[in-house]
Amino acid sequence: MNRRARLVFFAVAAAALAATLGVGLAGLPSFGAQVSAYARMLNEVAPGQRHVTDVVSAIGFDYRGIDTLFEEFILLSAVAGISVLLRPLSDETRRLPQDKAPDRTIPPPSPAVWLLAVFLSSLLLLTGLETVTHGQLTPGGGFQGGVVLASGLFVVYLGTNYTTVERFQPNALLEASDGLGASGYAFIGLLGLLAGVSYLSNVVNLGITGDAVSSGTIQLLNVVVGVEVAGGFAILASEFLDQTAVVRTRQR
Amino acid sequence: MSQAVIAVALVWVAAAGTAVVLTRDPLRQAFTAGFFGLALAFFYLSLQAGDVALSQIVVGAIALPLIVLLSLAKVRKDRE
Repeated sequence: MNRRARLVFFAVAAAALAATLGVGLAGLPSFGAQVSAYARMLNEVAPGQRHVTDVVSAIGFDYRGIDTLFEEFILLSAVAGISVLLRPLSDETRRLPQDKAPDRTIPPPSPAVWLLAVFLSSLLLLTGLETVTHGQLTPGGGFQGGVVLASGLFVVYLGTNYTTVERFQPNALLEASDGLGASGYAFIGLLGLLAGVSYLSNVVNLGITGDAVSSGTIQLLNVVVGVEVAGGFAILASEFLDQTAVVRTRQR
Repeated sequence: MSQAVIAVALVWVAAAGTAVVLTRDPLRQAFTAGFFGLALAFFYLSLQAGDVALSQIVVGAIALPLIVLLSLAKVRKDRE
């Protein structure tokens, strides 16, 4: 394809894109317009039907729960794909090169950094648990809380070193929590079938609106999603950290 | 009042987005992109979308810069 043909091709494609985009944008509701009828209806019925105070959670994990199920498996397969892509290749090794000066002293991280890491990581752990378990009451839920939980681990890495982090993030446990979280979502969906109604029906006792334990399967699903996302993001970080800190080209 | 907050958020998003484009060094870009993520989160919050704002914070200000930084570290180590 020469330059001219490419330009013609681009002009046609750009004109088509501009026309479709223009029609689409012209049909959008104006900025700050009133919410749609569907949103108004859910705002109306969700607190009564599902005993939630955060309607977004009720939509994500109940009314549209099947969408979230597929999203869980998108994340699971993305993490699995990263793990396969970033494995040590045949010409790479995980063995550290021989230390030429084993008696030199490596300065430990300064106490201020260490203290900040201890403070921040415990705060992140607490915030993460709070976000996961209060998904049905306040903004947030399994996904957001899961990433916050995993980032607690990143802070430990920043404050110490990778060897310390590796000591208490056994990969088998992280992989198990990633898989268990994803399959837990599918199994909680089965509860509906066991109760004789459709898949992912909210069949667990709904509790009192606003209580710490309420909203039935919405809260349970948030917890398993939190376990999955925390495991998945920790695996993601440890795979990238492995590539940076451990995996190197084999010396011949 | 809420109009003013939305206006501030929009200006912040525009400024941060321009900064990301104008930053040419990938290492610095990881940081400007993180601040762009924060600006977007504030914008969503100004439109009262708390759940989306939280997701934006965890993805835009934690996950994305972390992966960009670690990839850059790996690329530079291989080049040495």
